[in-house]
Amino acid sequence: MSFTLTTPSGFWNPLLWLIFLVLFTIVAYLIYSRGNPSYKKESDQVKPYLSGNIEPTKEKVQVKAGDIYWGFIEALKGYYTVLQTMHTGDIRDYILWYLGVGAIITFILIGGV
Amino acid sequence: MIEHLPALMVAVPLFGAFIAPLFKKHYKGVSMWAVVITGSTVILSLLLAKEVVTNGIMVYVFGADKPSIVLPSGYAVPIRIMFEVDAMGAFMAISATLMSFVGAIYSYTHVKKETGLEKYYALLMLLETGILGMVLTGDLFNLFVFLEIAGIAGSALVGFRNYRGEASEAGIKYLIVSAVASLMVLFAVAILYGQYGNLNLAYIAKNISFNMVDMIALGLLFTSFAMKCGAVPMHYWVPDAYTEVPAGINPPLLVATYASLYALFRVSFTLFANIVIDLARVGWIMSILGVLTMFIGVTMALVQKDVKRLMSYHAISQTGYMLLGVGVGLTVLHDPSKLAEFGRDAMAGGVFHIINHIIYKSLLLMTAGALFYVTGTRNLNEMGGLARKMPITTISFIVGAAAISGLPPFNGFASKLLIYETSYRLNPLLTVFAMVTSVLTLASFVKVFASAFLGPPLEKFQDKREVPTPMVIAMLILAVLCILFGLFPNIVLDKLVYPAVDALINFAQYHSWGGLA
Repeated sequence: MSFTLTTPSGFWNPLLWLIFLVLFTIVAYLIYSRGNPSYKKESDQVKPYLSGNIEPTKEKVQVKAGDIYWGFIEALKGYYTVLQTMHTGDIRDYILWYLGVGAIITFILIGGV
Repeated sequence: MIEHLPALMVAVPLFGAFIAPLFKKHYKGVSMWAVVITGSTVILSLLLAKEVVTNGIMVYVFGADKPSIVLPSGYAVPIRIMFEVDAMGAFMAISATLMSFVGAIYSYTHVKKETGLEKYYALLMLLETGILGMVLTGDLFNLFVFLEIAGIAGSALVGFRNYRGEASEAGIKYLIVSAVASLMVLFAVAILYGQYGNLNLAYIAKNISFNMVDMIALGLLFTSFAMKCGAVPMHYWVPDAYTEVPAGINPPLLVATYASLYALFRVSFTLFANIVIDLARVGWIMSILGVLTMFIGVTMALVQKDVKRLMSYHAISQTGYMLLGVGVGLTVLHDPSKLAEFGRDAMAGGVFHIINHIIYKSLLLMTAGALFYVTGTRNLNEMGGLARKMPITTISFIVGAAAISGLPPFNGFASKLLIYETSYRLNPLLTVFAMVTSVLTLASFVKVFASAFLGPPLEKFQDKREVPTPMVIAMLILAVLCILFGLFPNIVLDKLVYPAVDALINFAQYHSWGGLA
C-alpha cells in the first residue's frame, strides 16, 4: 500500500507529515513538562490579576464572534457594502441573477464573444 | 441480482419512502426503518461501484425482456428509459447513499421531538431516490424527472420546521428556484428532442450538430445546473436552505446539490464533449465561475454570526474548488498533451474534492446542529466555552475545520493540492484565488472555534452535556472518514476518483455504450 500521492509537480506523503506531528507533540510535551509545578488549578492562582478590582462576569469578558476580524471587515468596508447589497434575500432578485447570468453564458456560447 | 443493481438503487429507497407513512406515531420504528433502507442502499452502491469499476459501463433498460437489450428488434434507436452507469455515476451513488445513511443515523435523536416524522423520513428517502436517479440515468427527460423529485423533496425538508417562519420562507425559495431551474432544463430537453427525436444522452451526444439552437440548449442546461449547485452569483438560495434544514438532512441535501454539479459535468463532458473549439470556452466559463464562487462564498462566510449560515457560505465556497478543478480539465480536454500533463489531475482534484467536501461539510453542519441542539441558539455571539461540555463535538469540529481549510493530513488537503498545482498551469491567478480562499476559510473557522468552543465557560451552559449517542456516532463516522481519506488519498483516488475522471474524459466509451456502436 503506497502512501505517496504523486502530483503533476511533486508528491505528498501523509505518513511523513504524521511522523513530523508526533515529533512536534513530543517536543511540545517536553516544554510543557518543564512548567511551574506549583501551579494549582483549584486555587486563587487561576484568577486574573486586576489590581484589586472585582472580576467581571464571564459573559462580559467573552470576545464575541461579531468582534473577531473587526479590522479586516472595516478595511474592506467598500467591498462588503457592495456584497451585502447584492444579498437582498428577495426571490425575484434570485431569478433575475439567474436570467442575467444565463443570458451572458448563452451569448458567449453562441459565439457572441 | 447484479444485473438489476441500477434499478434496485432507485427502487429500494422509493419503496422505503412509500412504507414510511405506515409508521405514523412510531418515531423509533420509522427512524430504524430509514436507517435500514439507507444502509441497504450503501451496500447496493458499493456492489454497483465494484461491478462498474471491474466490468465497465453498466446499461439497464427498463421494461426490456432482458435489461441489457438496448435496441428491441426492428429499432435503430433506443426508445426505452435507460440507466447508464459509469464510474462517475457510481462514485456519486456511493456519496449519496453514504450521506443519506449518516443523515438517517444523526436524525434518530436530532428530530425526535418534532412531529410528522413519518413524512420527514419518507422525504429523506425520496430525496435519496431523486439524487440516485439523477446520477444513474442515461436519459435526459429522466434526469429532469429525478431533478424534480429531489427538488420537491428537498424543499419540503427545508421547510420541515414549518413553525419557524424562516424555515417556511427558505423552503418556498428553494422550491421556486428549483422549479425555475427545472423548467429551463425541461425547455432545453425539449429543444434537443425537437431536433434529434430522442432523449437518450448517448444518442444525442453522437448526433448533435452544435448549431445555434443546440448551443442555446447548452446555455440553458449549464446555467440551470450551475444555479442548482450554488455557483456565484446564483447562490443566494443556498444559505437560506442549508441554514433552515434540520442538520440530519444537510448531508443528503449537500449531495443533492452536487448531483446538479454532476449533471453540469455530464452535460459538458458527455453531451457536448465533441465541440472541439468551443469546449475550451465552456471550460473557462466553469473555471471563472469557480473562482468567483470560492472567493465570494468565503468572504461572505467571514462576516456571518449564525453558525449554520457561516457554514452554508463555506459550502458555496468549496463548490468553487470543484468547478475550478473540473473546469481546468474541460478547458484542455481536446489538447491531449495538456490533458495528460495536468488536465486529468485537475479533474481528479475537482472530483476528489466533491466526496471530501460532502464528508467534512456534513460533519461541520452536524456539529452546528449539535450546538443548536444543546444551546438552543445558532448565534455565535451567544455561545462560548462549550469545549468542556461537548468534547466529542469539539474534536469533530476541529477535524472538520482542519479538513475544509486544507490542513494536512486531513482529506481536504490532497484534493486542494491537486487543484492548486494544476490550475497554476492554466493560469497562476486561479491558484492565487484558490489559496487565498483557503486562508480565509481557516480564518473563519478559527472565529467559530474561538467564539463557540473556547473562552470561559458561560454560566447559562453550566448544566449542558454532550449530544445523544446517535448524533455522536454520525459525527464520529464522518470525522474518521476525514482522517482516513486524508491518510490514504491514493486508495480513494485510484479506486474511485481516477476511474470517475476517466469515465468523463473517455466520453466516446459512454456514447458507444448507449447501444449505438
